[in-house]
Amino acid sequence: MPTTVPAYGKEAAERLASMADVTADDRALRRFLHGLPGVDAVGLQARAATLGTRSIKTTAKAYAIDLAISMIDLTTLEGADTPGKVRSLCAKGINPDPTDRTAPQVAAICVYGDMVATAKEALKGSGIHVAAVATAFPSGRAALPVKLADTRDAVAAGADEIDMVIDRGAFLSGRYLGVFEEIRQVKDACVREDGTAAHLKVIFETGELQTYDNVRRASWLAMLAGADFIKTSTGKVAVNATPPVTLVLLEAVRDFRAAVGVQVGVKPAGGIRTSKDAIKYLVMVNETLGGEWLSPDWFRFGASSLLNDLLMQRQKLSTGRYSGPDYVTVD
Amino acid sequence: MPVFEYAPAPESRAVVDIAPSYGLFIDGEFGEAGDGKVFKTLSPSSEEVLSEVAQAGAEDVDRAVKAARKAFTTWSALPGSERAKYLFRIARIIQERSRELAVLESLDNGKPIRESRDSDLPLVAAHFFYYAGWADKLAYAGYGQDPKPLGVAGQIIPWNFPLLMLAWKIAPALATGNTVVLKPAETTPLSALFFADICRQAGLPKGVVNIITGDGSTGAELVAHPGIDKVAFTGSTEVGKAIARTVAGTKKKVTLELGGKAANIVFDDAPIDQAVEGIVGGIFFNQGHVCCAGSRLLVQESVQDELLDALKRRMSTLRVGDPLDKNTDIGAINSAEQLARIRALADAGEAEGAERWAPQCELPSSGYWFAPTLFTGVTQAHRIAREEIFGPVLSVLTFRTPEEAVAKANNTPYGLSAGIWTEKGSRILWMANKLRAGVVWSNTFNKFDPASPFGGYKESGYGREGGRHGLEAYLAGAAEPTSERRGYLPPEAGGQGEGEHDR
Amino acid sequence: MKQPERLSVLKTYKLFVGGKFPRSESGRVYEVTTAKGQWLANAPLASRKDARDAVVAARKAFGGWSGATAYNRGQILYRVAEMLEGRRDQFVAEVTDGEGLSKAKATAQVDAAIDRWVWYAGWSDKTAQIAGSANPVAGPYFNLSSPEPTGVVALLAPQESSFLGLVSVIAPAIVTGNTAVVVASQKSPLPALSLAEVLATSDLPGGVVNILSGRTAEISAPLAAHQDVNAIDLAGADEALAKELEIAAADNLKRVLRPQAVDWVADPGTTRLLAFLETKTVWHPMGA
Repeated sequence: MPTTVPAYGKEAAERLASMADVTADDRALRRFLHGLPGVDAVGLQARAATLGTRSIKTTAKAYAIDLAISMIDLTTLEGADTPGKVRSLCAKGINPDPTDRTAPQVAAICVYGDMVATAKEALKGSGIHVAAVATAFPSGRAALPVKLADTRDAVAAGADEIDMVIDRGAFLSGRYLGVFEEIRQVKDACVREDGTAAHLKVIFETGELQTYDNVRRASWLAMLAGADFIKTSTGKVAVNATPPVTLVLLEAVRDFRAAVGVQVGVKPAGGIRTSKDAIKYLVMVNETLGGEWLSPDWFRFGASSLLNDLLMQRQKLSTGRYSGPDYVTVD
Repeated sequence: MPVFEYAPAPESRAVVDIAPSYGLFIDGEFGEAGDGKVFKTLSPSSEEVLSEVAQAGAEDVDRAVKAARKAFTTWSALPGSERAKYLFRIARIIQERSRELAVLESLDNGKPIRESRDSDLPLVAAHFFYYAGWADKLAYAGYGQDPKPLGVAGQIIPWNFPLLMLAWKIAPALATGNTVVLKPAETTPLSALFFADICRQAGLPKGVVNIITGDGSTGAELVAHPGIDKVAFTGSTEVGKAIARTVAGTKKKVTLELGGKAANIVFDDAPIDQAVEGIVGGIFFNQGHVCCAGSRLLVQESVQDELLDALKRRMSTLRVGDPLDKNTDIGAINSAEQLARIRALADAGEAEGAERWAPQCELPSSGYWFAPTLFTGVTQAHRIAREEIFGPVLSVLTFRTPEEAVAKANNTPYGLSAGIWTEKGSRILWMANKLRAGVVWSNTFNKFDPASPFGGYKESGYGREGGRHGLEAYLAGAAEPTSERRGYLPPEAGGQGEGEHDR
Repeated sequence: MKQPERLSVLKTYKLFVGGKFPRSESGRVYEVTTAKGQWLANAPLASRKDARDAVVAARKAFGGWSGATAYNRGQILYRVAEMLEGRRDQFVAEVTDGEGLSKAKATAQVDAAIDRWVWYAGWSDKTAQIAGSANPVAGPYFNLSSPEPTGVVALLAPQESSFLGLVSVIAPAIVTGNTAVVVASQKSPLPALSLAEVLATSDLPGGVVNILSGRTAEISAPLAAHQDVNAIDLAGADEALAKELEIAAADNLKRVLRPQAVDWVADPGTTRLLAFLETKTVWHPMGA
C-alpha cells in the first residue's frame, strides 16, 4: 500500500498520474468503472442500518456533538439570500451558541458564488472557510465555459472551497470521460493566481444517479479527476444524503486511498437534521474509515437546521434538562 | 489521530426480575422435581449464578407427558380458530415483554443485547404470529383435507437461541393441535420458564405447554417415554443420532435439526463489501453458536488477498464484551465446556499447520470469552475444516473454479446451509442447484423468517421448521399414525400405553 | 413319427447393477419356486459386496439422473410403461407363478403396475409445484423452496406384492431424481429381475435402478449401515428387521420410511413420492 497524501496536496497529482491508463479514453475509463466490485443494495442498507443502532451516550455523545458541529458546512442556498442573511449565518457559524462560548465553530459557510465576498468579509479572522457552490448549481445544466467562469468568479471572490455538481445527464448516458474532463477543468479553475487552490468538492446528486453501483463509479471517477472531497447531494432534489449512499462514498475513499495513496474527504449533504442522524454518520465514518477521517479536514456535513439540534443536545448534556428552540438562534 | 471511543451503553438489568429458584412447569403449575434435585444456571459473561432450577427426573417427565396427554384431548378438539387466538395472544405478549425477554436471554445465554433485541425477539414473536394464522387453515396446507395432530410432542432445544428455538418448536405444534413437553438446554433454561408465565398470561389451558428443565438425561427420558408421539430436537448431530436409534421401531415421528459446516463461497466478482459483511455475520453472529454458521470460507484464489485484507480490517472493528452493552458485537461463549471445545479445535488448527489470526481485542477477565479468529491456509483435511466448532472461528479455504467450489462445499457429512457471493445471476442459480444444503443464501447470509423453511440434508438432520413445510412435522398424513390411530390411551384412562419402553 | 414337445429355453436370471446384468459376485444362487413349491428358476443370491457395488453404481448415476430435466425423467418413466405393455404376458405369468394368483388377478396386478408407471411419469414435472413454495419473508428477499431428491435410496421391495408393490416403491423414488438399490421380494424375485430387462431398454441410465435378489435381511443390513446411502424404504422388512435396520440407519441419519400396511392396488397418493425429498430454500436479496 502506498503512503498516503492528501488529495489537495501537490503530490496527489503524481499519484493520479499513475492511474492515467484508466482515464486515457472513454473505453478504458468505462471498463475500469464497470470493473469495480458491485454493490448489493440490500446488504449495503443492512450494514448502514446496523451501524445506526450504535448507542452513543455520555462522554462519547459529547465528543460526537462537538465533532459534528465542527464539521458543518453551514449552508444557505436560497434564491432569497441577501448579504444580511449571509452575514447573520456567518455570525452563527463563528459563535453557534450565544449562551455557551465553548461550543466549537463550524467548518465552513456554504453560499452561492455571489455571496462569497460578503461571507469572506464576515468570517475574517475566524478561520472558518467559505464554500461556494458552482458550475450551474444545482442542475449543472450549462455550457462548460459558463461553469468554469462560475468557478473562477467564486475563487476570485475568495472562496476557500468550491462545491461543484457533475453532469448527471452525461454520467447516466455513459459519457464518463466527459464528466471526468469537466471535473478536471473545474479543478484547474480552482487554482488561484498565487498557485494555491480552492478545495474542490464534487457533488454527485446521488438521488438522480439512483443506483449504488452508479454512486460507487461516480466516486471513483471524481477521485481520479482530482476531487478533494466527494459529496452526495445538492439538497435540492427529493432524495438527498442517506446513510447507505454515504457508506458507499466512505468505502470508495477508503479503497481509493488503499489503491492510489490519495486521501479524499466525504460530505453528505441534505436531509441530515438531527443530532441522532449526525452521530450515526460519525459512527459510520469511525467504523468504516477510522480516526483518520474524523476531522473537518476529511468529513463534513452539508446542513442548515442540523446545527440547532446539535446545540440543543449539547445544552441538554451540560445542564441535564431538555432545551427548546427558543434557546438557540433562528439564523 | 482522533479516537471516537464509545462510552459504555448498558441495557438496564432492572427490566427483568429473575427469581432465586424455579420449578418445573407441569400442568399449568410450577413445582419442584420429584426428587428435589436442582442445578444452577450461570451468566456466561460473569459466571454469576442467576438462578437455581429443578432437575427433572423420570418421574417428572412422566408427569409432564401425562399432563400433556390429558390436555391433548381438549386442545386438539378446539376449533383451529380458537387455538389461533391463543397463539396470537402469545405473540402479542412476547412483543409487549420483548425488552425484558431480550435482557434475560442475553444474561442467561451471553449473546449481545443488540442481537437478542433486534434478531431473536422479533423472530420469536413473528414465529407465533405466523403459525397462529395456520391453525384454522390446515386443510389448505397440502397435507390432506382433514390433517390430524400427532398427539404429544417431546421437544428438546439447544442453548444458542433459547427462546427462538422454543418458538420454532412450540408455535407449529400448538397450531396443529398437539400438546408439548419442552426441555430447554441445561445452560439456558430461564427464557423457557419465563415463557411459562406468558402461557399463564395468555390463559393457555393447563397442560398444553409443559416445561421441564434438566440435562441430557432428562432429554433422554423424554425421547424414550412411550407416551409421546413426536420428537423434535435441535442440537448436536451426535445426540440426534442417539435419538434416531431410540425411536427406531416405534411409531414416533421425528424431526432433527443438527450440526453444520457451511461453506460461504466468494467469487472474484462478488460485491466485496457486502460479502465481507456476510462473512462476518455468517460466522460471528451469536459468537458462532449457530448450526448454519458460515464456518468455512471458500474464496476464489484470484480475490483471496483483497478479500482477506478487507475481512481482517472489518474484524478489527468487532466489539467483544459485555452482552448487555448495546454496542457489543460479540458476547460471551455460552459455557466453560463450549469454550474448552472451541479452544481445543482452534489449537488443533494451529497444530495441523493452519495460520491463526485474531484482531487485537481485550477480553473481560471473568466469564467465558473467545476472540473472533481466522484461520488461513486451511485444507479439507484439517479438523477445523471438517468439524463443527460452534464458535467464532472461521476457516479459510480457496478454490479456482465453480466446480471446485461445489465439490469442496459438498465434501462434508453435513448439509445445512451454504452461501454464494457473486454478481452473476446465472452462476448463483447453478451453484444453488448443485449445493447439497437445505438453505442457500446467495449474496446474503444467516437470514431467517418464519415463512421460510429451515433444515438440513444428510447428517444435518431431517424435517423442516418454518413455513408451510414446518407443519408437516406435526401433522399425520392420511396413512400416518397418530396417538388416536395407534390406540394409545394414558394408563389412568384404562389404556395400556404402547408398551415399547414400559418401565 | 410324432414330434417331441419343444423343450423351452430357460432364462438365467441375473442381478441388475449399473445397467449391466452380472451374476452375484459370490457365485451363489437360490431356488425360486411357485407358491406351491414347484421349481421356477435359480435366482442370484446377492452378497454384501453386490450391495456395495450397487451403491457405487447408484451414486455414480445420481448426478446425471437428478440433473436431468423433469420432462426427460417423465418421458423415461413413460417409456418403461410402454416397454412393459409389450411384455405384459411374461409378467402376468411370473406373477401368477410367484404369487400363486389366478391369471385374472395377476393380470390386474400387472395392468395396475403398468398404469402406476404412467401415473408417476406424470408426476415428474409436478412434484416441485406441489411440494415447493414461494415464501413471503418479511424483508427485501426473494425466497423459494423447492424439493430435491435425497440421493441414493435403498428400497426393500414388499415381500408379498412382488410386482405391483415393487413398481410402487421404485417409481416414486426415482421419478424425483433419486437413484435406487432395490432388494427384490425374497420369495418372488423373478418379476423384479425381469423388470431390470425392461428398465435396461427404456432409456433409463445405467445405475439409476439397481436390483438385487437374495435374502432381504442379509442384503439390507449393509445397505442400512452404508454411509453413502441417504435413505431407506423398509416396505419389505418385518417388524424386527425394520427396527434393526432403522437403528443402523441412524449412523448417518438416513431418512427412513417405516413399513406400513399398504393396499398396493389403491391410489398411492403422494406419501412415497414426497418421502425421499429434501426441501432446499434459496434466498436472494432484491435491490436495484
